[in-house]
Amino acid sequence: MARFDFKDDSVVVIIGSGAGGGTLANELCQKGFKVVLLEAGKRQSPATFRNDEWFAFNQLAWLDKRTTSGNWQIAKDFPNLPAWTCKTVGGTTVHWAGASLRFQEHEFKARTTYSNVTGANLLDWPLTLAELEPYYAKAEFKMGVTRTNDIPGLPGNNNFKVMYNGATRAGYKTVHTGRMAINSRPRDDRSSCWQLGFCFQGCKSGAKWSTLYTEIPKAEATGNLDLRPESRALQIQHDKQGRATGVLYADKDGKQVVQKARIVSVACNSIESPRLLLNSSSSSFPQGLANSSGQVGKNYMRHTTGSVYATFAKPVYMNRGTVMAGIVADESELNLKRGFAGGFEFETISLGLPFAAAFLKPGAWGRDYTRLLDQYPNMAGMWIVGEDMPQETNAITLNPAEKDEWGLPIPNVHYDDHPNDLAMRNYAFKRGADIYNAVGATQTIAVPPYPSTHNMGTCRMSERPRDGVCNKWGQTHDVKNLFISDGSQFTTSGGENPTLTIVTLAIRQADHIARESAKKNL
Amino acid sequence: MKRREFLQKSAIAVAGAAVAVSGVAVIGTAAEWTAGLKTLNPHEGETLLKVTRQIFPHDRLDDSDYIKVVQDLDAEGTTTPATAKVLHDGIANLDQSTNSKFITMSGDDQVAALKKIEDSQFFQKVHSVELVSLYNNHAVWKKLGYQGASYPIGGYLHHGFNDLNWLPEPPESASPKPA
Repeated sequence: MARFDFKDDSVVVIIGSGAGGGTLANELCQKGFKVVLLEAGKRQSPATFRNDEWFAFNQLAWLDKRTTSGNWQIAKDFPNLPAWTCKTVGGTTVHWAGASLRFQEHEFKARTTYSNVTGANLLDWPLTLAELEPYYAKAEFKMGVTRTNDIPGLPGNNNFKVMYNGATRAGYKTVHTGRMAINSRPRDDRSSCWQLGFCFQGCKSGAKWSTLYTEIPKAEATGNLDLRPESRALQIQHDKQGRATGVLYADKDGKQVVQKARIVSVACNSIESPRLLLNSSSSSFPQGLANSSGQVGKNYMRHTTGSVYATFAKPVYMNRGTVMAGIVADESELNLKRGFAGGFEFETISLGLPFAAAFLKPGAWGRDYTRLLDQYPNMAGMWIVGEDMPQETNAITLNPAEKDEWGLPIPNVHYDDHPNDLAMRNYAFKRGADIYNAVGATQTIAVPPYPSTHNMGTCRMSERPRDGVCNKWGQTHDVKNLFISDGSQFTTSGGENPTLTIVTLAIRQADHIARESAKKNL
Repeated sequence: MKRREFLQKSAIAVAGAAVAVSGVAVIGTAAEWTAGLKTLNPHEGETLLKVTRQIFPHDRLDDSDYIKVVQDLDAEGTTTPATAKVLHDGIANLDQSTNSKFITMSGDDQVAALKKIEDSQFFQKVHSVELVSLYNNHAVWKKLGYQGASYPIGGYLHHGFNDLNWLPEPPESASPKPA
């Protein structure tokens, strides 16, 4: 593995090693760029992962204190844990479930398609599906997405059988085991899925794509990657001309050092990315770096989610096999007759007993609740994932009252549900219950959203610099050699799980950086 | 402490502790198990045993499963004085606010007494620790039908991941056969 000098200002510094940063690092290394990849967390591997929900949560999750505000239920149920993302090499690709769906054409034109939704800060993306299609294809090939590239779908588990039968009886047509970045056959030196049932805890079979054991080792093999785990970025520095010059970070021993850079990429997920920009304010950038629009941290989106669980007279054992084992896609289509803008999917989900107890009814106790948990083996579950409305007031801000161990303000996450989000969630709760009732559910329960794993929009792309933070390449409008490379660049959330689109944008961004570098524009 | 302040550092720390001690609890008579408590006195131990059972009552679980939760609370009280105070005060309040000691009350009365204090620091502490400790206990998993880690058996691929037979098989177009 390469080691570059702190003063080497020819390197690209990427902050964050997840879907965006990890992919960008590999793409650039393959093109011959020297890359320093800073990751706040430690390096694990399939050998160190454990099939144990609480152990894995402590091993992988980002647990630094955050505060919350707004009328979303998360602020009541999990006031200091608004998001369930990861602090580990590979970022949240270690935890994700693998669902890999392309955004739809109309979702890139949310403003045009949904027109003026009151209270929503909607904007069209500065790019189209057609521009992204070749890159979606590259991302699907790279990740080995099932039902693309002649890769067969995964076999459905028990949880899927319940979903399939219920959904088809309830009138849905497009129900299958999904497009998953989980090997259904051995591929890319990784095994096929063992149906472990612990996708969220780090995949011990390595069948699920994660930058930890795909992009990062491939980048290391080029000799161009200097991966620095346990390195916490504190500030992006710049010169008088307003170009980013390097990153101040705390290394694994807590020592603060500066790595010089010719290009800086921010890929810390949608809470820490804007926080880092806001914490990088200076006399030249008093509102925070790359924030002349005032949009850094704004328009925070987390998808309209929720879950429906049901109990049955006979066993299901939802814990067996892939967590997102199947999808109902019918509701994702453009259909403004349901009383809300945007679409959603149902995807199976399962929790082990420890997390079922924690998440099914946060705060609940007593006989009614334990009667439900007593039926754990007979339980099936599905998750709702749908487009939520960007609102300018839903925002990541610096909390002036609390500082972290490096003396930097911690982030506050404010989120108010938009009436459109509530209408979609209530509709989806009802239709989800219909699915389970069609196959004889003895009880259905509507479960409020978990801490967010899909976090988007806080450094959004825009055609005009005044509407957003970066352009269609993720390059910030204000600082030419500063890039946003994670889901925070999403202009709107779409109704699909974000990882495939993050990877797609990272591959495309690497091409742009190479092209512009060759032209000496960077 | 705010209501439902679960998933705080305390609960997270207990998760680690629960893993470390699971399966080790050896339970004898009331006098024997409460004698092993370091911070809580025998009456407090007995009271918490009743409290923890009323918070998450499962007929299939034994007292030993709840005693392990009390032991985890006692362990946190031993290392964290603030927790010890919350527990001592909470138990005293529970006994004082009613006509009889909590442990002598009927089950329904115990539930009613707990309902009145469910927003209290004491209740929230016991609830958040118990939520992690009880449901992370491998003995509890077995009794409630959760199978836990599957890696040691090579996953569920050959151990029933698709053995549900009370509904028709989906077509192969929706659910291809395993490789």
